[in-house]
Amino acid sequence: MASTAIHDTAAHHDHGHHHETFLTKYIFSQDHKMIAKQFLITGIIMGVIAMFFSVLFRLQLGWPDKSFPILETFLGKWAEGGRIKPDFYLALVTIHGTMMVFFVLTAGLSGTFSNLLIPLQLGARDMASPFLNMLSYWFFFLACTIMMGSFFVESGPASAGWTIYPPLSALPKAIAGSGLGMTLWLISMTLFIASSLIGALNYISTVLNMRTKGMDLWRMPLTIWAFFLTAIVGVLSFPVLVSAVVLLIFDRSFGTSFYLSDIVLQGQILPNQGGSPILWQHLFWFLGHPEVYIVLMPALGITSEVIATNSRKPIFGYHAMVYSLIGITVLSFIVWGHHMFVTGMNPFLGGVFMITTLIIAVPSAVKTFNYLATLWRGNIRFTPAMMFAIGLVSFFISGGLTGIFLGNAALDINLHDTYFVVAHFHLVMGSAAIFGMLSGVYHWFPKMFGRMMDEKLGYLHFWLTFIGAYLVFFPMHFMGLDGVPRRYYAFTEFEFMKEWLTVNTFISWAAIIAALAQFAFLYNFFYSMFYGKKASQNPWESNTLEWTTPVEHLHGNWPGEIPTVHRWPYDYSKPGHDKDFIPQTTPFSETMSSNLPHDFEGNVEAEQVQEKWVKENKKPAARQKA
Amino acid sequence: MSFRKVFSLPTLFSMVLFVALLGNQFAQAQNQDTTAVSISAATDTASAAAASPAIPTLISTDVDTTKMSWNLGDGQGNKVEIGKVETDYSAAYKSFAYYSLLFFLFCVFIGIIGKALRAYELTRAIQGKTEGINWNRIQGVLFAFALLVGLYGAYWSYTNQGSMINHTSGSVHGEQIDFMFNVTLVITTVVFVITHILLFGFAYKYIGSNKRKAYYYPHNNALERLWTVVPAIVLTVLVLLGFFTWRGITNISEADQKKALNIEVTGEQFKWTVRYAGADNQTGLRNYKLTTPTNNLGIDFRDQKSWDDKIAGDIVLPVNRSVRFTINSKDILHSFYIPEFRVQMNAVPGMPTYFQFTPKYTTEEMREKTNNPTYEYVLLCAKICGSGHYNMQVKVKVVSEKEYQEWLVQQPLYYNDDVKKEMQMASQKAAAETNKMAFNTK
Repeated sequence: MASTAIHDTAAHHDHGHHHETFLTKYIFSQDHKMIAKQFLITGIIMGVIAMFFSVLFRLQLGWPDKSFPILETFLGKWAEGGRIKPDFYLALVTIHGTMMVFFVLTAGLSGTFSNLLIPLQLGARDMASPFLNMLSYWFFFLACTIMMGSFFVESGPASAGWTIYPPLSALPKAIAGSGLGMTLWLISMTLFIASSLIGALNYISTVLNMRTKGMDLWRMPLTIWAFFLTAIVGVLSFPVLVSAVVLLIFDRSFGTSFYLSDIVLQGQILPNQGGSPILWQHLFWFLGHPEVYIVLMPALGITSEVIATNSRKPIFGYHAMVYSLIGITVLSFIVWGHHMFVTGMNPFLGGVFMITTLIIAVPSAVKTFNYLATLWRGNIRFTPAMMFAIGLVSFFISGGLTGIFLGNAALDINLHDTYFVVAHFHLVMGSAAIFGMLSGVYHWFPKMFGRMMDEKLGYLHFWLTFIGAYLVFFPMHFMGLDGVPRRYYAFTEFEFMKEWLTVNTFISWAAIIAALAQFAFLYNFFYSMFYGKKASQNPWESNTLEWTTPVEHLHGNWPGEIPTVHRWPYDYSKPGHDKDFIPQTTPFSETMSSNLPHDFEGNVEAEQVQEKWVKENKKPAARQKA
Repeated sequence: MSFRKVFSLPTLFSMVLFVALLGNQFAQAQNQDTTAVSISAATDTASAAAASPAIPTLISTDVDTTKMSWNLGDGQGNKVEIGKVETDYSAAYKSFAYYSLLFFLFCVFIGIIGKALRAYELTRAIQGKTEGINWNRIQGVLFAFALLVGLYGAYWSYTNQGSMINHTSGSVHGEQIDFMFNVTLVITTVVFVITHILLFGFAYKYIGSNKRKAYYYPHNNALERLWTVVPAIVLTVLVLLGFFTWRGITNISEADQKKALNIEVTGEQFKWTVRYAGADNQTGLRNYKLTTPTNNLGIDFRDQKSWDDKIAGDIVLPVNRSVRFTINSKDILHSFYIPEFRVQMNAVPGMPTYFQFTPKYTTEEMREKTNNPTYEYVLLCAKICGSGHYNMQVKVKVVSEKEYQEWLVQQPLYYNDDVKKEMQMASQKAAAETNKMAFNTK
């Protein structure tokens, strides 16, 4: 199947006359590689900030009776006497969640790698609309700034949890953070969603229209499939959050009652009637659930690529992996109610959503088994990227299995809004997805910066983070099973929770150490950017197209013509070939000794040529077990 | 790029050391300055403290002490500025600087180890020996090691932390939930263990080397079908089990609903209000617009069903009798959560929700089962609701039918004298207004 690529000539990209200023090259760049780096660095900074917040509230949880005077110097009235106030604790929890889910794992993961890899792996000069791409980044940056700005208003940042359920988030009197801080959150998120939508539309257009010659859909690396499907999910689900946000803005500022009814707040009878908080929950989770797959799918795509390259084996079951991604994409839209089993909605709905939720476990399981099969009989090279990819599979298994408990409505009765949920989503998002992002950073750092990251620091970073994450989140499952709710400022008020206080202290220690371990990554990342060993063109001996571009960044990616693609990206360790990888740009005519009948996709003439060659050279065709 | 000169390692290192030493000096200087001031401040505040209630021990610097209520002045009506106390943060700064320096030195130590390893590798390379440290092998072995430690850790966690959970549910449906849970736990644990053995085992077994090649095995459709169908079957079993358990809990017949004891619980920031339905087993109608400090649930007392409604502090339930909770909220979302009963239902303003269940063990029996003589069932809030979210508790006691009746008789009515008076006044006011309207006078 020929691709519908736009064939451009080399002459178009003679940039002798293209005047680039500092502003257009580094700040308002329209080059996808620069924009990817902008997304990455902003994402990392927001990640560090959100991680810092988590350390703060873990201080409170781990040592509920101790005061830390230093906190008062930084936080003032929010940590009077050296103890974080309950309101501010909830603000920290809220912004930690918001930043991590949206700014780090959506923008920092999707934004970075989709931008970097889609044009490079498909053989395109740049994105479909470089200008919109640039806007996408700056909307994101603006969203980050406004969110951080909410810490500098008197009433503090939004504090109703990252899910900001009304009426708590609609009524400033209910909690201080629902005043100006909440307004800023809403503005920030609107900008963020605009950024994500622009980006997603760009990715979809580029994948569908700008593949190079020979790059059929079934020859795209799994990373591209993942980014493509993620973008589709984003386009269909983010607008629903916008609608929820708009209705909330109306309820807060224009006296409407979309989410409010029958309220007597602190003695004051409110006039709103007829609304329902459950409407918000439906609208929010209609995005919220696909959102977690938007977070996860790019990480899975990256893992496929990294595991295949570093096992020197094709990813096992390429077609099955694609179908699983498609399955996850479709199913992700019909499971949102599993966040709402105990909201008081009609129990019949509970039954329906339980069924669809447990179905979505099937494609996830298939992907896990395919990863394991890829490792089997591989020739594994443990680069830091590979370590993180393996770590992702471990977290994906652990977190995914606990999802089976939560997806079961009957079990969810006792587990909803407890630490069991916290443990589950931190394993799948806070560990698996972040590991996907880190794996991608380590793997494509040479492509982004032309230098190599330090390998030993990478190993240190991996082991400390991997162990730390399990130490932090594994015990939380049992806390949740015992009935300890989430978003609790302290466990000191209930008898049955007191036995978990020591566990809390342990978790806080593990969290602090894991947070400090990230300095290994931060130092490695920023130092290697300037002083790392200069990278070769294809340091990982990978098959995909991005490694055929020169190390020094070129606007337009390839000097001269864009290469033509002849094969799929997973010809690793092909029997009959001298090297253990064959780049996608290598024609079959150059690899006669390793061609398989399957490669010719029914092209009779090509098969005959191959047969003739095999007879003449008396080499038995590589026996392939079906 | 001169940019790089700034970022060079020796420069950075010396800058950090410089700042750390400066910080130390600064902290020490602070300490000396404030000592003199704080001594005098201490005596001033001590005397003020003697005559007034709790003074915050840490007075922040931008507090105007002349305006503070505890500032009793000089006894002649003149306000005195009590000790321009600079809050003594020096200890905090010092320990912060100390820990930062410690961490920095630890990082330097790691760096030294890294450099030593590099030096070793370089000397090996100079000597022409191509084998440096085989990091690949080390990581593979570490994965094998991690598997063993990890499996043991999971086992330890299951037994030690798993045993901290209360495995006995206090309700009838809770037993079905617990059975469902155990089935799911067994299946997921088996999968967890096997897949991790494969994952880390393969990582160890197939450590890469130049001497061999991987096995080119791109796909196997039969295998794909197998491991699609098997999980699908297992999940179908779980779904069916879950669906019927869920239906059993939530789909209560009209007849059973009528037979149950009716209790209404209303959540607000930050407490639960409990209303028993009384002899008619029906709670009176409510209208939030009628809420007043006396009638804090907004009960419409024109509805006769409300006249026997009782106020309760704790929730007391008779054992083995089905109870149907109506759950309301006055202001924002809360969640009615009694973990030991396996009961949770959101409290939604504007929409009553319901949960019906049967307590199986009295508090006494549960105390014996858990070997805990002070064990209590407890109701807590499980939906973020503001600063007091972590402390909205009501004790729940399950007692024999007889004890329950004895307790119930003692509970006061909602329809009490204060409420009656308020109603009278309200109706008088309404009558006066109607009269005014009838005669068209102001």
